[in-house]
Amino acid sequence: MSSYDPSQAPKKRPFSLQIDVAQFEMATDEEKAQHETMRESTTFFRDGMRKLFKNPLAVGSMIVLVLLLITILVAPLIVPYTYSGMVTVNGKRDKSAKNMPPFTYSQMEQQAIDEGQYIFPHIFGTDELCRDYFIRVVYGARVSLAVGFFASLIVLVIGLLYGSISGYVGGRTDLIMMRIVDVIYSLPDTLMVILLSVVLDQVLGQSLQGTILASIGTNMLSMFTVFGLLYWVGMARLVRGQILTIKNNEYVLAARAMGAKPGRIIRKHILPNCMSVIIISTALQIPSAIFTESFLSFIGLGVQAPMPSLGSLANAARQALQAYPYKMVFPAVGICLIVLSFNLLGDGLRDAFDPKLRK
Amino acid sequence: MDLTQRDLRRKQLLVTCILGAVLFGAGWLFLPVLSEKILLGAVILLLTGTLFFSNDTGRYICKRVLLAILTVLIIAAITFFSMNAIPGGPFSKEKAPSAAVQAVLEERFHLNEPVGKQFLLYLEGLMQGNFGISTKTGREISTTIFDSFAISAKLGGYAALLAVVLGLVFGSIAALNRGKAADRIIIFFTTLFVAVPSFIMATLLLLVFCLQLNWFPIFSTSNQSYVLPVIALMLSPMSYITRLTKTSMLDVLGQDYIRTARAKGVKQVLVIFKHALKNALIPVITYVGPMTAYILTGSMVVESVFTTGGLGTKFVQGISNRDYPMIMGTTIFLATLMVTMTLISDLIYKIVDPRISFD
Repeated sequence: MSSYDPSQAPKKRPFSLQIDVAQFEMATDEEKAQHETMRESTTFFRDGMRKLFKNPLAVGSMIVLVLLLITILVAPLIVPYTYSGMVTVNGKRDKSAKNMPPFTYSQMEQQAIDEGQYIFPHIFGTDELCRDYFIRVVYGARVSLAVGFFASLIVLVIGLLYGSISGYVGGRTDLIMMRIVDVIYSLPDTLMVILLSVVLDQVLGQSLQGTILASIGTNMLSMFTVFGLLYWVGMARLVRGQILTIKNNEYVLAARAMGAKPGRIIRKHILPNCMSVIIISTALQIPSAIFTESFLSFIGLGVQAPMPSLGSLANAARQALQAYPYKMVFPAVGICLIVLSFNLLGDGLRDAFDPKLRK
Repeated sequence: MDLTQRDLRRKQLLVTCILGAVLFGAGWLFLPVLSEKILLGAVILLLTGTLFFSNDTGRYICKRVLLAILTVLIIAAITFFSMNAIPGGPFSKEKAPSAAVQAVLEERFHLNEPVGKQFLLYLEGLMQGNFGISTKTGREISTTIFDSFAISAKLGGYAALLAVVLGLVFGSIAALNRGKAADRIIIFFTTLFVAVPSFIMATLLLLVFCLQLNWFPIFSTSNQSYVLPVIALMLSPMSYITRLTKTSMLDVLGQDYIRTARAKGVKQVLVIFKHALKNALIPVITYVGPMTAYILTGSMVVESVFTTGGLGTKFVQGISNRDYPMIMGTTIFLATLMVTMTLISDLIYKIVDPRISFD
């Protein structure tokens, strides 16, 4: 422990870490196997889904939507009432079952219960025409969701076709096609939607009489047409922009050099690469379509009575707002819940799948 | 640009100017009304501008103004022809007037002419500031429009102003307190409000604050309370502006020039207002035009829920009454307003942000 003696110090070997090998032992096979689990290779889709399921808001809204979907599909099978018919007891129309609050029974129904019959409860009460309100709200939600889905589908198809042609062909065709889009884009949509839905309703109603399409309801059809006519422009712009950026990639050039036809290049090389952006924008289109549908129904231009929609139910509830406020609340909550869920789901999809947001 | 090109361009410019002048002269001789002549002159000037402005800004402005004029014309045409496609006219009622009366009425409103001629006649009247008379009430359309627009403008003006101011304030607060309680509360409510349609919001506000709590009186001519209608109109655009401001503010706060300003010892308040907010405003400006359009058309339901009356209500009434001049008048008025708003906000956007490239 005296002074420092350089000759006693261990000899330095600069390239060795000076590890005593004797202190180590061989790893067992099990331990080796543990280190072999590398991160699995993921596809773009799987990675996006993983991100999506980590987002609590998106998962929550998905659950809400699935529950809603189950309700509107299953409820009409369980609940013994129809959306257009009066409540009946033993085959007799029950005229006393008017404007009842939720979970109450009319006099006739009470009698029947006393006699030992089972009467299905009116979960949301009844309306002024003695119809079960729950089943009406369920059908209303059905109509609203159907309009949302089909309208977005129409917008998607038209926008995709138009945008991909315009973007791929380019040049003068693109210029002319995009000027048309510019003009339609700057039309005031609310005014045009109202006007066109009235006009189409009248015109289609006459020409469709007696065909299969008439059973869907001319109001519904005219609404789809209006959506198809007005809202595809946003999608077309988006698709065109995407295609313009992807078109100049080397793999497209390679495909073209090998003699692939434009249709094949668009389908196989370009569209798969902009699919995520398109899907996200379609998901966000659904709530806006539902919004517009309920707006139209609210001002009395939507679906035909007695078929309910959430908007027309809300409109009908305005007549007796003070006396029966719950009739307003149910459809209102329905619209808000659907729109909110789709908004949140769309946001979640964007966060998970948009390549621009990837880090 | 070399000399020959410049020469060529000068020649082209000269030719265009001469052509324009000849066209203008011909128009001046043939068009009977002064305002038509002025419009023709303006269009020719703008066309020349689109072709030959040397700087991008000028060309862009010319193009946009032309597109705006074209849009209003197209809207007028769509409205006119689709209205006339509806079977039945304004005077075909159940209790039909005598043939002679019918003929006189049709003569007066030019309904006996072919549709194309009617449209031209209408446009000619429009050029002289003549919107025609209502087929329902016989009043001048222009007075009806201006009377009801006074209400709509008051409602919409307050709503737009509040939406912008509150949206900016809340958005900045959320961005500056990122991740804290204030941010979460603001984002929660804005997400919620975006999902609530204005007509639902209006009805719920009416139900809660007018009918249940009695805080505000029900709207009547003697008791004009605009508080609830303004709130109902304002909430959804305000939420959108809040979210917009938050995102752009966060984006700006991460920029280098903010750090530089802080490093130089600029006060926090000054950094936020002078450096950050000024730049964060840019995306908000683009939204203000469409927002005003949204508020003005979205107001029609809010107007009818609160029974304040206004332009939107007149439009819907016009449609249900088949009051052709009324529908045309309100549509053209609203469309012009909206197109102008969007145009102004786009132009301001381009001027405010020099980083934006034109076209």
